[in-house]
Amino acid sequence: MIAFENIAARYGQRTVLNGVSAQFRKGAVTGIVGPNGAGKTTLFRTALGLLPATTGTVRVNGKPLHDWPRDTLARTIAYLPQGSDAHWPLLARRLVSLGRMPHLTALRPLTLADEAAINDALARCDALSLASRRMDELSAGERARVLLARALATNAPVLLADEPAAHLDPAHQLQLMDLLREEATRGTAVAVTLHDLSLAARYCDEIMVLDQGRVAAKGAPDIALSDDTLARVFNVAAVRADNEGRKTLVGWRRF
Amino acid sequence: MEAALQTSVPQSFAEARNTGAVMTAALAVLALAFGCASLFIGPAPYSAHDILFGLFTQHGAASIIAQQIRLPRAALALVVGAALGASGAALQGLFRNPLAEPGITGVTSSAGLGAVIALYFGLAAIHPALLPTFAIAGALASAAILYGLSRSGAGVMALVLAGVAIASLATAITALVLSFAPNPYAMTEMVLWMMGSLKDRTLNDLVFAAPLVAIGIAILATSARGLDALTLGEDVAHSLGINVSSIRMRVVFGVALATGAATAAAGAVSFVGLVVPHLLRPFYGYEPARLILPSALGGAVLVSAADIAIRLIAPDGQLLLGVLTAMIGAPFFIWLILRLRREP
Repeated sequence: MIAFENIAARYGQRTVLNGVSAQFRKGAVTGIVGPNGAGKTTLFRTALGLLPATTGTVRVNGKPLHDWPRDTLARTIAYLPQGSDAHWPLLARRLVSLGRMPHLTALRPLTLADEAAINDALARCDALSLASRRMDELSAGERARVLLARALATNAPVLLADEPAAHLDPAHQLQLMDLLREEATRGTAVAVTLHDLSLAARYCDEIMVLDQGRVAAKGAPDIALSDDTLARVFNVAAVRADNEGRKTLVGWRRF
Repeated sequence: MEAALQTSVPQSFAEARNTGAVMTAALAVLALAFGCASLFIGPAPYSAHDILFGLFTQHGAASIIAQQIRLPRAALALVVGAALGASGAALQGLFRNPLAEPGITGVTSSAGLGAVIALYFGLAAIHPALLPTFAIAGALASAAILYGLSRSGAGVMALVLAGVAIASLATAITALVLSFAPNPYAMTEMVLWMMGSLKDRTLNDLVFAAPLVAIGIAILATSARGLDALTLGEDVAHSLGINVSSIRMRVVFGVALATGAATAAAGAVSFVGLVVPHLLRPFYGYEPARLILPSALGGAVLVSAADIAIRLIAPDGQLLLGVLTAMIGAPFFIWLILRLRREP
């Protein structure tokens, strides 16, 4: 769905991404991990056209990003940024309906199809009961579900979620990751940045490890999060576990 | 299908829509009522009947008072209020901050500076249109600086701070111009401009201001959808297909036009753009897009009511419109800051 070909990007003079090649595949959850400042968010921003790549090409469905009309791209890629929140205490349902904006024109109101997509997104995120609540009345976990529903309401074939699990308690973290997995099962290309290596190892089909703007490792969780990579990039040794057929790991000790 | 969707739409969602519609209708009725009431208030001793009759006939002193003095003043109060209310709502949406208002962008002060320069250099005496032209030029100059900053990638915070700097600079230059004022009358006139007043406005002022304010509000209305998307931040708005820099440009120029024209007609009337959108927001589900036109109506109601109030409190005209709105608005501003500080 999205292919990065030898991407470089910089903020001012500072190079944030350098020679990054990667793919976010349809129907898979791609995890992007790496220390702070590794360029995880920047990678998403280049895919959205928020930060133009200085070299290399980003392709969406094979077509270079800059050939995509603004509205078509908006229907193709949904974005859930880090620390996402509503600046005004809108009703949750109204907030989710903003996700339909790429499908609407200035004067066309929501159609039955839009209403159905909104209800569907709310239902998928277990947030139907929150629909008529104001955003400032919700708990952090409830808000995260509504904000994800907003991104899902677009029904875009690509979902980019930046640290969606941060600041959530364990139960809500698992719920959120389950939701992302479910989206991938429906055929969406899901890319998610994570600080939590346990969640990354357990939930992702593929993992890309970024370090100082470069790809340090990528592949299946076992391969990408090898002992060697963990030592080199994260400076930790890990304890590994295998439960119910899924492998995971916990950063255990600093070197 | 229809029935299923009807029941799945939460009751309070539909209720919120209705509350907004009722509020809008109430504001429209109030604006009309205050606008009409304003016609019957003034120092000239004419009965309501005289004024009503005077409005629609062409002879007698009452018709001159009604058509040349009362009508422009009543209508300008509505026009100025609408400009300030809509500008405040749009700016608060753009900056995602309930403290934003036309003053914060420096647009009001710059428009006031333009007006004062026109007066100081005697340009207003050469042709009456030069006064409003300079005021709007001042507003557009400050808006252009803000737009330039937004083009170069400055964030909302940088825009707010730039607005504060522009406002301070415009006020300082205004004070400089004031201290070189050639005669005491010029000083008095300038104070009127700086505080804001609708006294002694003419039909010319109305004819000049109304269309510009209407165009300004229309431009702001086109940004409404984008402002809703900005509720989720600029990056998400962009990802939803919104051209964020175009929205910024439209808001900045719409505000410059509406507020510039309003300031040209009435001077710097402060705090209307702050108070009105804030009070109305809960009735419109806190949605920036739905708030713009009701804020125009609400601003019209507030300025009209304030202009009636100052004439009732001080019939000899000692109280300026801007003094009353600031005396209501400034404490409100402080209360709002305290309340926002308490919220996490």
